Amino acid sequence: MVFFMAERVLMKGNEALAEAAIRAGCRNFFGYPITPQTELAAYMAKRMPKIGGTYLQAESEIAAINMVLGAASAGVRAMTSSSSPGVSLKTEGISYMAGSDLPALIINVQRGGPGLGGIQPSQSDYWQATRAPGHGDLHVLVFAPSSVQEMVDLVSKAYDLADNYRMPAMILADGMLGQMMEPVVLSDESDKPLPKKEWAACGHNNERKHNIINSLYLTASELERLVKERFERYKVIEEKEPMFENYCTDDAEYIVVAYGATSRIAKAAVKEARSEGIKVGLVRPITLWPFPKKAMAAAAENAKAFLCVEMSMGQMIDDVKLAINCKCPVGFFGHTGGVIPTPAEVLEEIKKMAKA
Amino acid sequence: MGKSINIICGHYGSGKTNFSLNLALRKKREGKTVDIVDLDIVNPYFRTADYKNFLVDNGIRVISPASAGTTLDAPALTSEIYSVFDDVDGYTVIDVGGDDVGASALGRFSKLIKALPEPYEMIFVINKFRSMISEPEDAIEIMREIEAASRLSVTGIVNNSHLATITTAEDILGSLDYAKATAQLAGLPLLATTAPANLASELEGRVENLLPVEVIVKLPWN
Repeated sequence: MVFFMAERVLMKGNEALAEAAIRAGCRNFFGYPITPQTELAAYMAKRMPKIGGTYLQAESEIAAINMVLGAASAGVRAMTSSSSPGVSLKTEGISYMAGSDLPALIINVQRGGPGLGGIQPSQSDYWQATRAPGHGDLHVLVFAPSSVQEMVDLVSKAYDLADNYRMPAMILADGMLGQMMEPVVLSDESDKPLPKKEWAACGHNNERKHNIINSLYLTASELERLVKERFERYKVIEEKEPMFENYCTDDAEYIVVAYGATSRIAKAAVKEARSEGIKVGLVRPITLWPFPKKAMAAAAENAKAFLCVEMSMGQMIDDVKLAINCKCPVGFFGHTGGVIPTPAEVLEEIKKMAKA
Repeated sequence: MGKSINIICGHYGSGKTNFSLNLALRKKREGKTVDIVDLDIVNPYFRTADYKNFLVDNGIRVISPASAGTTLDAPALTSEIYSVFDDVDGYTVIDVGGDDVGASALGRFSKLIKALPEPYEMIFVINKFRSMISEPEDAIEIMREIEAASRLSVTGIVNNSHLATITTAEDILGSLDYAKATAQLAGLPLLATTAPANLASELEGRVENLLPVEVIVKLPWN
């Protein structure tokens, strides 16, 4: 396969995530198949051997995430991917990585839940990703792309921030994004130097003191100190790293909030509502943690009402309410279990909100 | 006029389903009895079975796995597929799943397909803009894998090069050399080059065997 550079190609979201990770310097992928993310692993299986990387299908999701932990400990860019039930299995490893200050990238191509749920797209792991991606006091960086191109761009960004802040990052996609095909431009990042990791346990050659990667601290005060130090870092992230997109918000009296594939549907509805004279705009969080609180608050200044549109039972509403300090009512429209909202349905809800 | 079968195979995302739907509609408009078989037991999304109502409304019979369109992740085929081999005439499109993995489901019908009185046509759909088959050699590698898995031979190639909603006439013109080279390497005829219907007038006379197609497979917001 010829390595195309800055050339437009048609890729499936899952493949694009894989290729973007390779271009960002990932040479270690550990996974386990699950619909609807399996093409990602299949792509890695084909590509990694050709570029001297490692593709390993582990015996389980738990094994895979612990292999990522091991690779990340040695200072390399590693990755695992799964879909909702599989990510639940990975949460222990994610917590261990957060507790060991290890950067790595975890992909969740969400499907309907709870339990085995279904195989159609969903956004019902928002709470898991932003609230409890593992046990303990911790956060992971959570990125929510809404196009195949953004999947590519955010993989690189996620690796950079994960390395910079020494913490796991997650791409929270959904089955729709993972499976859909869109044109993308892939950049060549092969010349980009990867950050030095002085902390990595990759062999000291008797040239320095040995590094230890560990999340076990039996002295309470020591553990508290480390967690508090981590939360100082989280504060910086909350200040510096939120990402969002505003669409038609300048004069908007009504604000729709949606992320991921749902934001594409919401955007189509907002566009249609605008053509019918309704002053509505869209705020699209691109990072879910850190949540773009300031963007929400700014949009709320002149807004009469908000509407959250999600493929879940409304897991993002509380974040929106907190961000705008309940300045105006926050309504909800969504489907769950794999049912995809249509632009017509969202338009109907926007009209209802504008009439109320 | 006997039974005729078109088998549509190719790499994931080369546009097999959209091409299959177009073929079925075209034959229906010619007044034929048309069946379409969704043989994709690999991909749960964006597949022929998703267009069942549309096809049925157009008078086309759809045969799809029982699990299609449900949340059941069970790669099982329906026995209804055998009925297309009992038909003495009519036209059937078989939309095969991507790559050799998808084509392995076709393998179990290979004996029946070879035993049909009229020879089958197996069309390998290519798209220059798909990264894994953007070079003729890579496309042929996947074609050979599909042939091995299906125990059938490709009989012709269709150039379905496109970039989804942003496809231009230039993109299609730029794919012609690739398509010719792929067909030559395969030693097979290049049966057609497709183009979205709205680009057809621009390409008329500039593309050999131009086949205008309707874009049926779309994202919910397009």
